[in-house]
Amino acid sequence: MTELLLCPPTYYTVDYEINPWMHIHNKPDRELAESQWTAFYRLLTELKVTVHRIDPKPGLPDMVFTANGGLVFGNKFIVSNFRHAERAKEAPVFASWFKNRGYEVVHLPRDRYFEGEGDALMFGDTLVAGFKFRSDIHSHRYIGEVIGRRVISLELASPNFYHLDTCFCPLNDETAIYYPEAFDSYGREVLKHIIPNLIEVGRKDAMNFCCNAVVSGKNVIMNNCSAELRRRMETLGLNVFQLSFSEFIKAGGSSKCLSLYLKSPHNEP
Amino acid sequence: MKEFYKIVELKGHIIESLILPKIFDEILDRGGDYVSEEIRIGKTKKDMSYARIRVTAPEENLLNNILDRLHELGATSKEDEEVILKTARKNGVFPDGFYSTTNLDTYIYYRKRWIKVEDISMDCCIRVDTGRMKAQSLKICDVKRGDKFVIGTRGVRVLLPKLPYKKGVFEFMSSGVSSEKPKGVMIKRIAEEIIELKKGKASKILFVCGPAIIHTGSREYLVSLIERGYVSTLFAGNALAVHDIEVSLYGTSLGVSLEEGVAAPGGHNHHLRAINTIRSAGGIRNAVKKGILRSGVMYSCIKSGCAFLLAGSIRDDGPLPEVITDTLAAQRLMKKKLKGVDLVIMISTMLHSIAVGNLLPARARTICVDINPAVVTKLADRGTHQATGLIMDVKTFLRELCDNLP
Repeated sequence: MTELLLCPPTYYTVDYEINPWMHIHNKPDRELAESQWTAFYRLLTELKVTVHRIDPKPGLPDMVFTANGGLVFGNKFIVSNFRHAERAKEAPVFASWFKNRGYEVVHLPRDRYFEGEGDALMFGDTLVAGFKFRSDIHSHRYIGEVIGRRVISLELASPNFYHLDTCFCPLNDETAIYYPEAFDSYGREVLKHIIPNLIEVGRKDAMNFCCNAVVSGKNVIMNNCSAELRRRMETLGLNVFQLSFSEFIKAGGSSKCLSLYLKSPHNEP
Repeated sequence: MKEFYKIVELKGHIIESLILPKIFDEILDRGGDYVSEEIRIGKTKKDMSYARIRVTAPEENLLNNILDRLHELGATSKEDEEVILKTARKNGVFPDGFYSTTNLDTYIYYRKRWIKVEDISMDCCIRVDTGRMKAQSLKICDVKRGDKFVIGTRGVRVLLPKLPYKKGVFEFMSSGVSSEKPKGVMIKRIAEEIIELKKGKASKILFVCGPAIIHTGSREYLVSLIERGYVSTLFAGNALAVHDIEVSLYGTSLGVSLEEGVAAPGGHNHHLRAINTIRSAGGIRNAVKKGILRSGVMYSCIKSGCAFLLAGSIRDDGPLPEVITDTLAAQRLMKKKLKGVDLVIMISTMLHSIAVGNLLPARARTICVDINPAVVTKLADRGTHQATGLIMDVKTFLRELCDNLP
C-alpha cells in the first residue's frame, strides 16, 4: 500500500555546494546516475510499490531528491521552505503538483525553514523531526498543529548528517536504525526513550547512507551496507535490498532522499 | 550585581523532546540563570506544552549570546515595550504623567535598545536625549522646555540591588536601627571595607559631616583620616568649617574651650571673628595660603587635596566665602561630585545626610553615625534604604575608626 513520489534525474548534477558531500569538481556520472535511478524505480515497482513521477525542471538539479519537497499527511501537503536559495525554487513546483492532484497545500510562515521528509519521519503516531542545519525547530510547532500529532524535535549534531533522514530511519512500529554520533546526548536519550528497539549503525554504514533507506512493509531498500547491519535487519524479518546509489551520494542523498511517501501506514490522520 | 533579563516562551513537545531541560542546561552552562515563570504540560500525547522562562545574565552580551542559542532551540523572546516620551512645555515643570525615579539602577527601552539612566537619584524624572540615545535623571528645577521625558512605567526597568556575596559590614548590620549593637565589631568591619576600597585605584569615599565633630573635640580624628587619604570628598555646611576654624584660631568651639570644657571669656563672638578673618583673607584657601589658618579639618583638606563642598543654610552666620548659598547650585554640584562614589559615611548631621541621601544611587554603600536614632530612621523613611545606622557618640566612632585603619 506504499505510494512514493519520485523525480527522474534528467537534470541532476552538482552545480553548487550546500552540504559537505557536494563538490562541484566531483560531478556525478550522468549515465550511471540515470541507470542507478532506473534500477531503483524498477525494484520499487517489482515490490508492488505505487510510484508517481513528478516532471523534472531544468535548473533544479536537486529536485530528484523529492523527500525534501515537503511532507504528506493524509490529504495535506506541507510544502517545504528551503534554507538555501539554490533549492527554494523547487517548492512551488512541488506545491503545484500536489495542488493539481487535489491535496490541500499548507504553507508555513516564510521565516520558518522546513525541508519536508528530509527532516520529518513518522514513527508510529509520532513525527520525529530534525533541526539545525536545514529545518528550524520553530517550524515543528506549526507542523504539529497541522497534523495534530506529537512532534519530537531532535537537534542534529554533525554537518555530514544535515537531514534527519541521513541518520535515522524507522523500520516498523517498534524498530528504527540510527547513527548515534549524528545526535547530541539529549537526542540519543529521547530516541532510546521513544523507540523500543533502536539499532545503532556504525560510522562506515552511516557514511554509506545506510540510514537513508526506503521502507515498504517488510522491504527495505538501501545503499550497499555491511553484512552485520544486513544480518541484524534480516533477523527482524525484514527483506534488505541493496542497490548502489553512489552517484546520488555525491550530492548527499540515497534511496530515501530520492523518494517521498505519499501513502504509508503512518501518514494518515 | 547588575542583571539583564529577557522573558522567553516555548511551545511544543518540549518535555518529551528534552528541549526544556536542554534549554535550562544551556542557560546555566553559559553563565546565565533562569526562573521558570510558568510551565504547562500537555495532557495527552498530542498536546503541546508551554513554558515561560525569565532568563538573566550579568552582562548584556552574554544575555544576547544565550538568547541566540535559545532561539535556535525554539524559544521566542517576548518583545520589550518601548517607553513613551512626552515633551516638557515649560521650564521647571515635568510633563503630565511623568515617571518618578527611585534611587535604584534604572534602564529604559527605547528604539529597540536598553539604555541605562545616568546619574540616577530619587524623585527625578528621566530625560531622554533622542539624538544621542542617552537617558539621565533630572531634578524638576532643571527641566527645560522642549526636553523629552519618560511618561508612565512602560519600558522602564528598575534593577534591585543584589546582596554582595562576601560577608561584609552591610550584611552584618542589616537589621534595624538599634543602639544596642556591638559597635566595636561594626567599626572594625567598616575599616575593613575602607581598606578593601582603597585597594581599588579609583575608589571614592565621601564623608558628610556635621559641626558636632568639632564641638565634641573629635576633629583630630577626622583630620587624621583626611591626612591619611581615607577621605576622597568632604561634604559639610558653613558651621563645620566656621567652628573648625574657630578652634584653629581661638581654641574654642561655639565659645567653649576645647581644652578646659568651659566657656572662654568673650568666647561667644569667636566664631564671628573667625568668619571675619577668613572673609578678610578672601576665603579659606587664601587664609591657608597666607598662613593665617594652619591647622584643622579645612586646613587638612586643602593641604591633602581632599575635595570639599560647603553648602549653606538659612541660619548660617557669614557665611564663609567658599559656602555655596544657592541651594539649587549646591545640589547640582553635590550630584556631580557623587558620581562614582563607593562609600558614604554620614556623621552627626541630619539635614546634610538626608540631602545627600536624596541624591545618592542605592548602590552607594551608606553608613550613618549619629547619637540620635531618629536620624537613621528619617534617612531610611526618605528613601535611602541602603543606609546602615550606628547609634553612638561621634568621638568614639571616629577614634575607633582611626585606630582600626593602618
